[in-house]
Amino acid sequence: MTTVKTKLDRRSFIRSSALAGGGLLLTFSWLAPACTTDSPKQLTMPDEWYELNGFLKIGNNGAVTIMSPNPEIGQNVKTSMPMIVADELDVDWKFVMVEQAPLNTDIFTRQLAGGSQSIRQGWNGLRMAGATGRRMLREAAAHEWKVPVDEITTEAGVLYHKNSGKEAGYGEMASAAAELTVPEEVELKDIKDFTIIGTSRKNVDGQKIVTGKPLFGLDYKAEGMLIAMIEHPPAFGMKLKSFDATEAKAMPGIIDVFSIKTYNDDYQMQWSDVTAFTELVAVVGKSTWEVMNAKLMLNVEWEPIAEDNAQGVPAGFESTADHYKKMEEAAAKAGREQRRDGNPEEAFKNAAKVIERTYTAPFQAHSPMEPMNFFADVKDDFALLAGPTQTPEFMEKTVAARLGLPLEKVDVQMTRMGGGFGRRLYGHFMVEAAVISQQVKAPVKLIYSREDDMSYGIYRPAYHALYRAALDADNNLIGFHVRMGGIPESPLHANRFPAGSVDNYLAESFTVESNISTGAFRAPGSNFNAVAEQSFLDEVAEAAGKDPIQFRLDLLKRAQENPVGSNNDYDAARYAGVLEQVREKSGWDTNSEGKNRGVAAYFCHNSYVANVVDIANKDGKQVIEKVYASVDCGIVVNPDAAVNMTEGSIVDGIGHAMYSELTFSEGQPEQNNFDMYRLIRHAEAPKEIEVHFVENNIDPTGLGEPPYPPVMGALANALYKANGERYYHQPFVKNSIG
Amino acid sequence: MAVFNLNINGKQHEVDVDPSTPMLWVLRDHLDLVGTKFGCGIAQCGACTILVNGVATRSCITFVDSVGDKEITTIEGLSENGDHALQKAWIEEDVPQCGYCQSGQIMNAAGLLNANPSPSDEEIEMAMHGNICRCGTYTRIKKAIKTAANS
Repeated sequence: MTTVKTKLDRRSFIRSSALAGGGLLLTFSWLAPACTTDSPKQLTMPDEWYELNGFLKIGNNGAVTIMSPNPEIGQNVKTSMPMIVADELDVDWKFVMVEQAPLNTDIFTRQLAGGSQSIRQGWNGLRMAGATGRRMLREAAAHEWKVPVDEITTEAGVLYHKNSGKEAGYGEMASAAAELTVPEEVELKDIKDFTIIGTSRKNVDGQKIVTGKPLFGLDYKAEGMLIAMIEHPPAFGMKLKSFDATEAKAMPGIIDVFSIKTYNDDYQMQWSDVTAFTELVAVVGKSTWEVMNAKLMLNVEWEPIAEDNAQGVPAGFESTADHYKKMEEAAAKAGREQRRDGNPEEAFKNAAKVIERTYTAPFQAHSPMEPMNFFADVKDDFALLAGPTQTPEFMEKTVAARLGLPLEKVDVQMTRMGGGFGRRLYGHFMVEAAVISQQVKAPVKLIYSREDDMSYGIYRPAYHALYRAALDADNNLIGFHVRMGGIPESPLHANRFPAGSVDNYLAESFTVESNISTGAFRAPGSNFNAVAEQSFLDEVAEAAGKDPIQFRLDLLKRAQENPVGSNNDYDAARYAGVLEQVREKSGWDTNSEGKNRGVAAYFCHNSYVANVVDIANKDGKQVIEKVYASVDCGIVVNPDAAVNMTEGSIVDGIGHAMYSELTFSEGQPEQNNFDMYRLIRHAEAPKEIEVHFVENNIDPTGLGEPPYPPVMGALANALYKANGERYYHQPFVKNSIG
Repeated sequence: MAVFNLNINGKQHEVDVDPSTPMLWVLRDHLDLVGTKFGCGIAQCGACTILVNGVATRSCITFVDSVGDKEITTIEGLSENGDHALQKAWIEEDVPQCGYCQSGQIMNAAGLLNANPSPSDEEIEMAMHGNICRCGTYTRIKKAIKTAANS
């Protein structure tokens, strides 16, 4: 048992919950019964709720409401975070209801969906919240029964005093418990005593999803709500010059057409703001279809942005061919040195064999299935916003600054998100919705069409990597060199494997500037590193005449036993662990005969994942028969959901390596919908995916991103086995630069 | 604008809209049936799938004036209590991640099972090819369709 200091004080009580404060909501219910298989009717609402701390309320009938603090984007935190609270509270999951918490950073930490950090950074706080509730209930029972608190035990929402034979449900003690002072320290359960963590629990929103209940930002509706859409410049490097709204305004159902500025002139941007298109034309009307039609009638003139614009955005119109040329030129010169071990130049000079390969990857659009949208109702002294955002805390600040309202006068409510993958970290659309609502003095839901969404992206940057390896006469890897860059950022992680396992190592980065808006895309940087590096290591292993898994394990053994350098940011033993597990589970040593198999492993966002991909040649086509995954993310909170996340990441990784590419011509994205921009579809998914977790008692780490990158490398290596072709350039369906 | 009497989920609904309005927006904006999702607007993603006389149809390109008295079924009307075999299978396999595309996936699968109650893996893949799941839940969707078909 561990005793921890509580960090909950009186401030940790929610004064107005989303339910109570949501007077405008017509159709939204924020409550989700945890047990979706049983009829929700089994959960009767209590007459009275007693709040023990900001994370949980207990009803007089024993029902429990647990707040899910973080935005739900499909990573399943709305189920898994409350599971952690419920376990420490020691309640039966079927009496739990989950409520999306309001944005309240006094109580909740890091209410952000990104970096695969929700569970990792939430872990201690969630456990403490549950344990604090349990302690207060035990204290209330001890007081009532006049026995020492240490003699009170709990099980599944019931308090017991063994010696006297007394027992009471949590509901009976909730009122008294809520009056108690929050304890200064509480005991946490031993891992072996977990009853909910480590057991599979179904998605708390599952029943609502399969019955089409309103859940997403796009489903939000309020009385008197208008629909708004925006027209943005058609190309990066352009801005609004003038517009004539006469025809658009005359269209049926149209309320107003006007231009908006996303930021005030003197505004200091933060990381979640976007510089690309800061002046837009807004069309506001009564219904979506009417607004879409009116938008077609706009007459807008655009002009190139100034060379010396205030935001420092480079002028000019960029094209994909130029992008690759610029990266190639940059990669031909020495980059910014990020790490050096030993004497790499000497190693390459003395090498018996040098292998050099170049890898590239294109811009990609996040394309979550729910297009960007947000609801805003801006009054003179208060603004309510609701919708899908990965960064409510940051964007609340931007919105408040734009409206000139104090932060406490802006309320941002989080709806379930129809995906994000990083796109909704950048909430310009929230500001746009707020400004439009302020202008028309009415509640407004801003909707992006798919074309708006794809052509005003915050794209995955384009990347380029040059890898070199030096082998000695005995085929030992004596030198490793990576020069990696991108537009506009380098994806290099200089201190990751194979750094630490090679005596002579050099990592350099370069960047090429651009006016195309880019940002974090599922597993930023890693989503390219993994495929380039793991494909390269496969070639190096082949050149060295070694088995690709054993080759990696030998390097990791070196990194574990006698690491080169001191700042290697991975645990070589855990890295080797997933490779060893995937070797065993896939029958790599025993069952590879006649199979076209590729392997890869990668570490990012604090978790370790290895894959084996099996490809069959059928009728002249390559079919992905099976993918094995081995994952080490510490304690697995919700195993089946973790399997689902891993399966989805594998499909997503294969899809983006294989098919997805956004190209530019004269600053204009050449794909703006799914007829031209290709995402993986049903028949292209692997026929079977088998997921294994390394079992340990390490505090949990993230899973939204780590299973995404490595499969791309394993895919490239399996394709090579299947058709003899190495894959250097994404998308693999083209496998040629640009 | 024109008045249309629509047969949706077994009930008559009257709407007064532009005849060129896609059923997607009639359902979402005018009838508050928001289970039918907007994804692409050009019949490329399947998020807006409904049944028209039992056939899976993309509501984003199905104009209201083309519907007449055909029977429209949306995810809200697939079953009375959310217990259609497909809905139960979706819960049993815990298919959704973000969940946004899933009502379209379910409605498309319902159209498939109407036409072919015991589809093979290949038939499922072909029939579901027009429905994108950006989270990549395809393997679970296939499993859930088979579970429903066998129930």
